Amino acid sequence: MKNLTVNHLLGIEHLKKDDINLIFHLADSFKEVLSRPIKKVPTLRDVTIANLFFESSTRTKLSFELAEKRLSADIVNFSASTSSLSKGESLIDTANNILAMKVDMIVVRHPYPGAAEFLSNHVNSTIINAGDGAHEHPTQALLDSYSIQEKLGTLKNKNILIVGDIKHSRVALSNIFCLKKMGANIRVCGPSTLLPKYLDNMGVEVSYDLKDSIQWCDVVNILRIQLERQNIKFFPSNREYAMLFGLNEEVLKNLNQDIILMHPGPINRGIEVTTGVIDSANSIVLDQVENGVAIRMAILYLLAAKLKK
Amino acid sequence: MSNQSKIILSSKQLSLTLNRLSFEIIENCKNFDSTAIIGMQPRGVVLSKEIHKILEQTVKSDIKLGCLDTTFFRDDFRRREDVIIPNHTKINFSLEGVHVILIDDVLFTGRSVRSALDALVSFGRPSSVDLLVLIDRRFSREIPIEPKYVGKSVDVIENEYVVVNLGQSQSNVLLLNEKK
Repeated sequence: MKNLTVNHLLGIEHLKKDDINLIFHLADSFKEVLSRPIKKVPTLRDVTIANLFFESSTRTKLSFELAEKRLSADIVNFSASTSSLSKGESLIDTANNILAMKVDMIVVRHPYPGAAEFLSNHVNSTIINAGDGAHEHPTQALLDSYSIQEKLGTLKNKNILIVGDIKHSRVALSNIFCLKKMGANIRVCGPSTLLPKYLDNMGVEVSYDLKDSIQWCDVVNILRIQLERQNIKFFPSNREYAMLFGLNEEVLKNLNQDIILMHPGPINRGIEVTTGVIDSANSIVLDQVENGVAIRMAILYLLAAKLKK
Repeated sequence: MSNQSKIILSSKQLSLTLNRLSFEIIENCKNFDSTAIIGMQPRGVVLSKEIHKILEQTVKSDIKLGCLDTTFFRDDFRRREDVIIPNHTKINFSLEGVHVILIDDVLFTGRSVRSALDALVSFGRPSSVDLLVLIDRRFSREIPIEPKYVGKSVDVIENEYVVVNLGQSQSNVLLLNEKK
């Protein structure tokens, strides 16, 4: 395959299975690079990247920054709290002003769905979506699927359970797109108020019974309860949520097989999962973080290769 | 133009050349404990395995062997139509203070070897690096790089291609007047 079929990474929805396999192949190489005594390669030394974070982020921002630095790109960072946004500047003006400083690529996180696509239509730069509202978080989905494939050898016909706040989760939507393309079986589980209606149309099973679903799955991806996006109460209390949909030692007892535990972070310990479970040997949370850098290096490498010299 | 080929090294000559190159290494190498054979991806790897096998059989000791992909250190990124997809790198030991014998099948412009020299340092600072090539395409260099061990030097024009068939049913080195 020559390269990705897309010029921007706006969402998994736009990717083909071959694109995902190509990203995974490159991620394997970058994982090896990250295990060397010197973890830096000079590939993107003539590329400048702007990280525009209009919404708070810890691991995604750090992971992108590290990936860019490992590839020797020059980077500029922008965060909404310290910018002219508070003075009323629009998204396009902000992006165009940064591009006027000869920036080649933009990594953008924004609270509004579609912000990355909007930018790609209006500014002359390669756009990478680092999360747009409750829409998509493609790099998280790619690193999740890559981590599962690394553990299980394949995604095809594997049973993946996504538990929790599906309605407000960009991670869930991107994961569903990615896992579907790779041939996995997907079931979502959570309170009915946090499961959107369109899920049936996406070929995803819906369940409200965590104990039953845990028996079915090979992998469980536990999502964070996104209290900051919930302007009304979707469930009576955190305690009740933890009792019905929280993963604890009791729920995992008497399983027929070992299952892999994942969480995109940050973790609300004691609500969606207990410390004992998420810190257990079956958890691959830290593998996800490590793979995140390699996946982002792969995406930056492939998209940068399309930049005109 | 039809694709005509000329044999540069026959199977028997190739075998003799590999043995000669291995014995030249043994002649020059004082200590195989601190020596590593590194094959350059993709086509230097098979050659490095052949040389490594002869060396281990002759000196009767374990010698470090690795393979190196130089994709991320190349100087033509964003200058080609296609993206370069890397092969795997496997060097499970430090190169700090190690004498490295870098192996490739054909030396042409020297640019791949330059990128390999940069890539090697990611694994530690070698005490020295020697270059071994099976075929040296003389007068084609774009960078001042010269091999220490040469199987055979050939004079070919720019449009001709040297193909090394190694580890297959018919091992030989061919000169083609156009790319296969």
